[in-house]
Amino acid sequence: MIGKGGVVARGNGRAYGDSAIGAAATLDMRRLNRMLSFDAQTGCLVAEAGVILGDVIATFLPRGWFPWVTPGTKFVTLGGAIAADIHGKNHHRDGSFGNFVEWIDVMGADGEITRASREENADLFAWSVGGMGLTGVILRACIRLRPVESGWIAQQTVAAPNLAEAMDVFESANDATYSVAWVDCIASGAALGRSLVMTGEHVGAEELPHAYRSHPFRTPRKRNLSVPFNAPTGILNRFSVRAFNAFYWRRAQRASRETLVDWDSYFYPLDAVLGWNRIYGRRGFLQFQCVLPLESSKAGLAALLSETAASGQGSFLTVLKRFGQQNGRFSFPMPGYTLALDFPVSARTFSLLDRLDAITLDHGGRFYLAKDARLTATTLRQADPRADAFCTMRQESDLDQAFASAQSERLLL
Amino acid sequence: MKDIVLVLGGRSDIGLAVAHHFAAAGHPVALAARNAADLEEARADIAIRHGVEATLHEFDALDTDALSGFVNAFDPMPGIVVSAVGALGDQAESEADPAAAALVMRTNYEAPAQVLELFAARMVARGSGTLVGISSVAGDRGRAVNYVYGSAKAGFTAYLSGLRNRLSNSGVHVVTIKPGFVYTRMTEGMGLPGSLTARPEAVAETIFQAVARGRSVVYVKPIWRVIMGIIRAIPEPIFRKTRIGS
Repeated sequence: MIGKGGVVARGNGRAYGDSAIGAAATLDMRRLNRMLSFDAQTGCLVAEAGVILGDVIATFLPRGWFPWVTPGTKFVTLGGAIAADIHGKNHHRDGSFGNFVEWIDVMGADGEITRASREENADLFAWSVGGMGLTGVILRACIRLRPVESGWIAQQTVAAPNLAEAMDVFESANDATYSVAWVDCIASGAALGRSLVMTGEHVGAEELPHAYRSHPFRTPRKRNLSVPFNAPTGILNRFSVRAFNAFYWRRAQRASRETLVDWDSYFYPLDAVLGWNRIYGRRGFLQFQCVLPLESSKAGLAALLSETAASGQGSFLTVLKRFGQQNGRFSFPMPGYTLALDFPVSARTFSLLDRLDAITLDHGGRFYLAKDARLTATTLRQADPRADAFCTMRQESDLDQAFASAQSERLLL
Repeated sequence: MKDIVLVLGGRSDIGLAVAHHFAAAGHPVALAARNAADLEEARADIAIRHGVEATLHEFDALDTDALSGFVNAFDPMPGIVVSAVGALGDQAESEADPAAAALVMRTNYEAPAQVLELFAARMVARGSGTLVGISSVAGDRGRAVNYVYGSAKAGFTAYLSGLRNRLSNSGVHVVTIKPGFVYTRMTEGMGLPGSLTARPEAVAETIFQAVARGRSVVYVKPIWRVIMGIIRAIPEPIFRKTRIGS
């Protein structure tokens, strides 16, 4: 199975870059998608790596369970979620996906399957969670789900007129289960970093309005829109992005401050528009996501946002989140703030992203590999000394011969 | 409680899709296949996802002597039995090797007909039940590319038609399903035409609806009824010379 040049497992293809494109061949894991057992006492689900998070929700939310950690799309596989050690809007409180993984079964280069957990084969476990699929093929996992009483989230929205106030809102919302901010990346000057900070809480069955109380897990069925074609290049330009951001900001200021939102709209607003990435046209888009340590966050975020605003290349969707403690060996998060931007690809995008890389490095930050498509090996090492340890581990256990992605070759991992 | 659905050929992509579809609607399911034990993951998945009971049953459609023991072992009897037993075989191999041809013929006609006959007898005794046979549009007219497979499916289609005729007043209904091309492991790498090719889930949906509505002969993609209608209508002297079948 494993030829020369290295393979990598691919889940549902939701990574933004080349992390799941094998150097020589790619293993499609989507057919390995069976749920094998569930313990209703502990909320532990054993499932194959190709199971999609949305299927976990479809199966278990009606029974009162929800994933502890979810990214902004439900179309990711469990294997991918573990390999990228994904985070959600609750990292500040609950940490990343890996915190809720009890064990994994990993197939090595020799075809042997090893069970790894915090107790058993602990090194393999620690390197695999956040290891971008480069420690072997994750075949199966046991993940813990959280008990919930309803499918509803109570959302509070606070309009913060600038970055400093947005950060204050985050710090005072430290106890909120979920928190995330949408940033108007066009605003500059005194309004730099003006944001809508949204916090969320799972709603208890008793707190639901009467109409929903008898079926707390039943939420409105939405019709999916889909984008049937690639938008013409240039439809997302500085004017349309500016108009959208301004509109969104004004509308949200008028909107009521507390709303009841169903789980699907709350966690996965973009999933409702299938193929939304096609809005970016045939050339697609690039994501940029970095995390900055707490002490340099304010200055670093201001510099990143100023650079973006000054470039005139508005990011359609700019998201700011607060990260909490993190223990992964090679996982992305660290305590501080994470900023995600996306840009339609154009000739100027790459030089802007290079400048954003430099600002991140200056402030001691690091980059999210699940969203990267263009970092250089040098930048990665400057940002993250753990990359060398990861690389050494792979060489010493001969993993580098068997498992490689286009990204790992580019980043010399 | 809803009817138990027994899927014969439960390892096939269509068989599994059928099991999932009925389980999602609350039916307990039973999967029958050779080496049933290694379907444990699939069984667990159905039971967990849909919150229904799912069981595995050792079953070899070609083991004629064992069929009646297999059928009689069910207690209670399944309310719905779906035969997804079949094999495409290889036409060239069938032409060259009578044993290979016999295997295709037996797998697609003899074996599923025999086992459904046994279930039919028990269902008639009970006075209720549904038998579903998955046949093929390939049985609508023999064509050069796959006439060994096609002839067996033609036999199976005729068998189901006759069985339905015999049981018309018995409370037992017989459904014939005719998929055209389906994306499965059986057809992997065949470069099928997208607009004419169904997913296993679509076959399962068709079967589910056909059972619910008591329909008799259903093409999975309605266009196949038209296509095969035309192909059947071509006079033999002309059809003989066409390339339709190759």
